[in-house]
Amino acid sequence: MKPNRVMRLLAILGALALILAACGNGDTTDTTEAPETPDATEAPETTDAPETTEAPATEPPEEGPLGAVTVADGEDIQIRSLQAITGDVAFLGIPNARGVDMAILDYGAIKGHDVSVGTGLDDLCSADGGQAAAQTIVSDEQVIGVVGTSCSGAAVAAMPLISAAGMVMISSSNTSPALTSDMQGNVGTDNHAGYYRTAHNDFIQGAVAAQFASEELGLTAVALIHDGDPYTNGLTSAFEGAFTSTYGGTITVHTAVAKEQVDMVPVLTEVAASGPEAIYFPIFPAEGTFIVQQVGGIAGLEDVILYGADGLIADNFLEIPESEGMYFSGPNLAFGANTNAITGQSADDVKATYEATYGEPPSAPFWAHSYDAAILLLSAIDEVAVALDDGSLFIDRQALRDALGATSGWAGITGVVNCDEFGDCAAGEVTVIFHEDSTDIEATKNNIVFSNTE
Amino acid sequence: MLSRNVTPPATTTPTKTRRFRFNWVDGFLWFIRIAAIIVIVVGIVGSIQLFAAGEGPTLEQWRDLVISSFATGAMYGLIALGYSMVYGVLGFINFAHGEVFMSGTMVGLIASTMLFDSGFWDANPMASLLIVVLVAMFTSTLVAVLIERVAYRPLRNAPRLIPLITSIGVSFFLQYAFAGLFGVGVRSYPPAPGNLDDDVEIFGISIAGTKLLVIVVAAISMVALWYFVKRTKTGTAMRAVAEDKEIAGLMGINVERTIVTTFAVGGAMAGVAGLLWALLFRGVDFLTGFLPGIKAFTAAVLGGIGNLPGAMLGGVLLGLFEGVGPLLVLAGLGIPAVSQLKDFVAFSALILVLIFRPSGLLGERLGSEDRA
Repeated sequence: MKPNRVMRLLAILGALALILAACGNGDTTDTTEAPETPDATEAPETTDAPETTEAPATEPPEEGPLGAVTVADGEDIQIRSLQAITGDVAFLGIPNARGVDMAILDYGAIKGHDVSVGTGLDDLCSADGGQAAAQTIVSDEQVIGVVGTSCSGAAVAAMPLISAAGMVMISSSNTSPALTSDMQGNVGTDNHAGYYRTAHNDFIQGAVAAQFASEELGLTAVALIHDGDPYTNGLTSAFEGAFTSTYGGTITVHTAVAKEQVDMVPVLTEVAASGPEAIYFPIFPAEGTFIVQQVGGIAGLEDVILYGADGLIADNFLEIPESEGMYFSGPNLAFGANTNAITGQSADDVKATYEATYGEPPSAPFWAHSYDAAILLLSAIDEVAVALDDGSLFIDRQALRDALGATSGWAGITGVVNCDEFGDCAAGEVTVIFHEDSTDIEATKNNIVFSNTE
Repeated sequence: MLSRNVTPPATTTPTKTRRFRFNWVDGFLWFIRIAAIIVIVVGIVGSIQLFAAGEGPTLEQWRDLVISSFATGAMYGLIALGYSMVYGVLGFINFAHGEVFMSGTMVGLIASTMLFDSGFWDANPMASLLIVVLVAMFTSTLVAVLIERVAYRPLRNAPRLIPLITSIGVSFFLQYAFAGLFGVGVRSYPPAPGNLDDDVEIFGISIAGTKLLVIVVAAISMVALWYFVKRTKTGTAMRAVAEDKEIAGLMGINVERTIVTTFAVGGAMAGVAGLLWALLFRGVDFLTGFLPGIKAFTAAVLGGIGNLPGAMLGGVLLGLFEGVGPLLVLAGLGIPAVSQLKDFVAFSALILVLIFRPSGLLGERLGSEDRA
């Protein structure tokens, strides 16, 4: 053994590796497009952002109460993307992040300044991740807005920081009512100024899911399982509220599993003991997989109807044979013909571009909401940005919030967007789909058996 | 000097009563013990009342729950054996053992997928399972021996805290190495082959075939390990090294080789546990080893660290506590939706056992360095 020689060799290799890493990809933070997007996105009819016709102002306008961002000449406008790009929920966050990238490409420059999304931040689908990422974002005062988060739990932790910094955040897949309101005028417990979303409020989804269960399936006794985070808990609570008060059904048990839990036999035994006709478990595939695989072995649950939500409309879950026969509530996924008025792209166009650029179809439904959220942010920035004659841009933060809050009748690929006072902007179309064949997932996503837009 | 008073004071309290000095800590512990017993008894009585009233799980559901928890506990026990053995021989907790288990079950999944795709899986159920268990055992043993060689042997003479911290690092390393090799998504074993899933009648109790297989395999492994440790020369060497490394070396035992054997045997047991995981839960990802690893460590402490029958007993008891505990005790106390408190019950059980019997249920076996 010659430890000295080995050590020396390893040290040299280590130094080389460090040098290569440092010199290799130097331009990751200041590009206009996100680094992973190759240049294959030819948009046939991209209409550029509407040009301002006013002459540039000579001196900056007065700052509003939240301050303003001045983007110097030649600098990029800074926004950020905060999605769950690693871990169990990456199937949801990665299409969201890609939707943002595609939107930036399609929108183009704002008043002569390119838009930079920086390096994509990770919300880890948890409060810790959301808070850590928010701290990174607010430490850079040039950031104007964020498109994110993927998970409601992360948004609950991130919003206090982002709101206090005067920035805005538009989410494409947060659905927890706590972040906005209960759709009846009562503000949610975690609502903060500057938060908006293009995804539906789960109050609506819970009500539609309950309506389907009661009116179409004729159920009177349903068991609920959530996994402790604001999205799943919000959805089961919304379902419970609607199912018991509006439709007169009973909830036999309202219990939870822990994240990363694998042994579902005790919780399913508890559910079986309460004698339900159906189980509504609007959770994620990490735990949902174990539930569908183990439910068959529990005495008393042989004929129970399994009912999930948009967290489970993921390819890796739908491919499991045991998921056949399940119903899923979720956002209306049949937006094919809708066109985004600002970029002129239809949903089908954007989806085709997605598949061409990334080589695979989107693994979760909210990519389209993410595209709309990013375009919404960019068009609002465009609206309030004032071009100064030294080539810089003056963007007042309060004016941006006002512009976003006043959004109405805005046509996106997910439908018509109208923002209410609490930040809910989505068209609110919720459907229930039925999963027949685990080998044909696209058919399932189009197999709508109930919709609230009829 | 001479004026120091060496005679006992004239008016002393008799030595008998002096022993009953009230110690607040002892008093508090007694309070906890009594409170725990009361809570548990009230909970069980409440559950029996619920059962008599027709609510709560039926007898079949209880039976299935107990069997399922027992099977899960047997699996925890096999993993706990690895923790106990390494602690007995080297005196530190090998936190990477959970990942040793994960490596076995992950590679076993690759093997089972290949067997399933070729049709062998359904055609020859027993042969397929045998192949998978051998692959899992081989992988786990290999990983265990490798980490011993690379991470722990250089630290043989370091203070015992150092290899403990190293083991945490090794644990993360293995997790993310496997994430890089096999991806981050959850992958599932194929469904149990043949009609393994069907119920089997034993003494009039109907048990699912897979659960029965898990219990049988765990029992066979435990018996094989007991035989190995008690009757073979290598096993005796292991026990000697665990007792006192220095003297064992002086007696002519090759201590290094024995330590490697200990890791290998622990790894093999974890590999068998990998197969049991495949039968019980089917889904595997790179983080699969984390929680079972912690639970198995808890089980090892519960049964008495360093004690092999204790590890197995601790595992089975932990499985039963966490599976049956919430519904048996907490539901009877009127707490709604008790299944979320599964982990709470499991770790409370650990705390309570340690309060009642600090050395674990069957007593700990410490090496000479740790004994007082």
